[in-house]
Amino acid sequence: MDETNTDVIQGTLDMLILKTLSLEPMHGFGIARRVEQISRGVFKVNPGSLLTALQRLERAGWLDSEWRQTENSRRAKFYALTRAGKKQLEVETADWTRRSSAIARVLKAEG
Amino acid sequence: MSFWRQLTHGLRVLTNRTAADGDLAEEVQDYLDQTTAAFEAKGLRAEEARRAARREIGNAILVREQVRASGWENVVETLLADLRYAARQLRNNPGFAATAILILGLGIGATTAIFSAVNPILFKPLPYPRSDRIMMIFEQRDGGERLPSFGTYEGLSERSRSFEAMAAMKPWQPAIVGIGEPELFEGQRVSAGYFRVLGVLPALGRDFQSADDQYNGPNVVILSDRLWRRRFSGDPQIIGRQITLENSSSQLAVNSSFTVIGVMPAGFENVLAPLAELWAPLQYNPSLPPDSREWGHHLRMVARLHSGVSKEQAASELDAILPAFGKAHAKGFESAGGIPAGVIVTSLHDHVASNVKPALLAILGAVVLVLLIASVNVTNLLLARGAQRRGEFAVRAALGAGQRRLMRQLITESLLLAVLGGTLGIVVAKLGVRVLVALSPPGLPRVAAIRVDSAVLIFALAITTCIGLLVGLVPAIHASRNDPHSGLQQSSRRSIGAHQGVRRSLVVSEVALALVLLVSAGLLLRSLDRLFSIDPGFDASHILTMQVQESGNRYARDDARARLFEQALESMRHLPGIASAAFVSQLPLSGDYEVYGIEFEAYSGQAEAAFRYAVSPDYFKAMRIPLRRGRLLDEGDRAGAPVAVLISESLAKSKFHDRDPIGQRVRMGPNMGHADKPWATIVGVVEDVKQLSLGVNEAEAFYTTPAQWAWVDNAQSVVVRTVGDAASLAAPVRNAIWSVDKDLPVVRVATMENLLAQTEAQRRFALIIFEAFALVALVLAATGIYGVLSGSVTERMREIGVRAALGATRESIVALVVRQGMTLTAFGMAIGLLGAAAASQGIVAMLFGVSPLDPVTYIAVIAMLGSVSLLACGVPAWRAARVDPAITLRAE
Repeated sequence: MDETNTDVIQGTLDMLILKTLSLEPMHGFGIARRVEQISRGVFKVNPGSLLTALQRLERAGWLDSEWRQTENSRRAKFYALTRAGKKQLEVETADWTRRSSAIARVLKAEG
Repeated sequence: MSFWRQLTHGLRVLTNRTAADGDLAEEVQDYLDQTTAAFEAKGLRAEEARRAARREIGNAILVREQVRASGWENVVETLLADLRYAARQLRNNPGFAATAILILGLGIGATTAIFSAVNPILFKPLPYPRSDRIMMIFEQRDGGERLPSFGTYEGLSERSRSFEAMAAMKPWQPAIVGIGEPELFEGQRVSAGYFRVLGVLPALGRDFQSADDQYNGPNVVILSDRLWRRRFSGDPQIIGRQITLENSSSQLAVNSSFTVIGVMPAGFENVLAPLAELWAPLQYNPSLPPDSREWGHHLRMVARLHSGVSKEQAASELDAILPAFGKAHAKGFESAGGIPAGVIVTSLHDHVASNVKPALLAILGAVVLVLLIASVNVTNLLLARGAQRRGEFAVRAALGAGQRRLMRQLITESLLLAVLGGTLGIVVAKLGVRVLVALSPPGLPRVAAIRVDSAVLIFALAITTCIGLLVGLVPAIHASRNDPHSGLQQSSRRSIGAHQGVRRSLVVSEVALALVLLVSAGLLLRSLDRLFSIDPGFDASHILTMQVQESGNRYARDDARARLFEQALESMRHLPGIASAAFVSQLPLSGDYEVYGIEFEAYSGQAEAAFRYAVSPDYFKAMRIPLRRGRLLDEGDRAGAPVAVLISESLAKSKFHDRDPIGQRVRMGPNMGHADKPWATIVGVVEDVKQLSLGVNEAEAFYTTPAQWAWVDNAQSVVVRTVGDAASLAAPVRNAIWSVDKDLPVVRVATMENLLAQTEAQRRFALIIFEAFALVALVLAATGIYGVLSGSVTERMREIGVRAALGATRESIVALVVRQGMTLTAFGMAIGLLGAAAASQGIVAMLFGVSPLDPVTYIAVIAMLGSVSLLACGVPAWRAARVDPAITLRAE
């Protein structure tokens, strides 16, 4: 097994999920795959954490869920962003940008 | 929003766990399938793809558990599971469960009941707006509180600026006549400001105004809600109606028709006279004639402070008013026993609570001790159960239950026990409150407010929770420390030692607590013994008493009234079984309190306050009050004859020391300071009589015949000495009185022995409760000792068997067990002695003639506790002695 750390950075999983769902409603596996693809394999999402996070986000009112047919006619639980979820994504994105650029500045200053 | 979602989602999961679990399982399965499909799409064969997907996702069950555990409902579920398990545990051990619940229920119930009695009296504010501003005002005489006269009230209320309102009051017992049977009521005569002082106004009609409270003013009356509903069926047209009252406490003839002007609200609680059902204005004479009832010390005075004025400021203002006013009314004050040294201002709440506070606090302390003992006992039971369940815990620990999980389980169990016990406790408290109210001494204030209300329920809940945690904690810590390995080996007995250690120290504390309670009960018992061995100054056996309240309007003239009482005496004398009969104006130990001034010719100008008795001549014979010098009163001391006075020994001693008082001359009450009034002559000295209570040494008194006093009292007590049982003559004596006038109200029928017992009702009340608690403590402590010893004998069966096999005699084995038990007892008693010495300081106020360190009590209690615990050791010891070495050794 390769030793590279593929864990999602702590505290960012919610944001990643919200961002992914802002494109289109998706089921759990779809979200995991999309995160993996877009991050080009840097992040791998663990299904236990993902499903727990989905349940939490749904209860927080940021996601809605429903059972639907997939394109290959299977039943899957699809998650969609709510209006509150959209707002939350903006808040978290802004917060993340602010903090990551700050970290980048600190690191540059040291380098 | 999100909270709502949390709640609904969680509840949906809770109410339909299978569906939720199915959903989750399907989602996880779907995830797995899609991962597999993705691997297949990459070109892996079906089998390989499935294996790869498993590897990536991990255990599907763990994923599900992870998601499940994240919701709040999961905590609830575990709790419910714990509760179910705990309930099953209790169901499977009904004996243990019943014992523990019973002990806790009694402990919590007793504590809750006592709290519900103590709370309204000591802690809750009185049921009036800004009740902290309501003050009682007393005259200060001989260093103590004395009831003020109307003169004092009038002087202070006219001049003082510290109070919003002031009022004086006295008891009143009118009978409502004219509608059905004449019925005697408790009432109050109050000055106009009374309800303004309390801050409660009539719900119907109007309050008293100063125009109502005029000398010879209009007859108006305010009714209580209860009286209004009961007697007038809540008639809303009652205001303005005339009712006929026979007024019994005025010396003046009054018109008996009263106009109803108001009805008090339903919730009005009158703490100053809880039984009062109707109120009329006082209507004393504000010009304060010096030889009138305006100077008798029979009023109580209550006032409401202006905001911003402190009690101390008010007191010093009143103190400053008194001397100048006293000079202006020197004659009046002289007939009242002189100008008081000052005033005493105490808050109404303190006044109401003061008499019972020490007793209530002591009882509260006692019940807390009982509760502690009960908790210790249940902890002990739980520990014993824990010992039996070591195998079970070991299995659970081995299966992966964490320490915290096990502790939580045990605490849940003890909390469940406590809640069940608490529920039983509330039932016990409801019954207990009834018993308390029934047993309560007559002077207990705010009895109506003693009930299980929300404050009491919160209190019960709080102690229940505390106890649940407390009794569960020790066994839980214990169980969590157990080594699962040794627990699984059923025969292992290695950790028994430490375990028994905790139980032993609990038993020691039980013995100590029981000793504290026993000593307190013992000290109270000895105090009552001492009190009742005090000579009241008369012979209380075979005396029947009752009060005749002649109503002012029909026997307006003194001579008519005097004749009435003489005729009543005459008709009583002819009854069989009566040795002698007499009337007295105030009955000793009945709560009567009437003090008048007396001045001695030999010490002119010096007034003395003393109890005044107007008695028919046979009074001393009926009461068996011994004559010390001179002669008793007799028929010759009639109106017109030179006035003859008897004085008590104390009064004689304080005035004449060793000289003979016979023949000395005095002026009393309204005659004091009047040079034109004739002197009365002291003709004899009688023994001191306890008037207020057995414990109070206030015995300065003088006696005259009613005929030679300034007026004939209209409320007089009959004192009848009977040949046989006193109580059985109540009906014939009452009929004899009614044969003279069938409408005479006769009240307060009691034997003198009853009255004597009543005077110490409060101590007796405390004693009954302490005795009950001490008994419970004793039983619980004995059970504790028994439990620990029998547990220890069971565990040491093998050792005892070996000893027996090696030749130990039965005696030595019995001694072994008994020594173990008595060592615990001895430790407990040593600690308890220190506790008792400290605790007895708390009940010092209730003790009489007994030191809090009274050696007799301590020795008796130690002997008693020792023998009871010896008894508790006996059974396990006997069992140990019967151990058959062959059987125990074979069992190995």
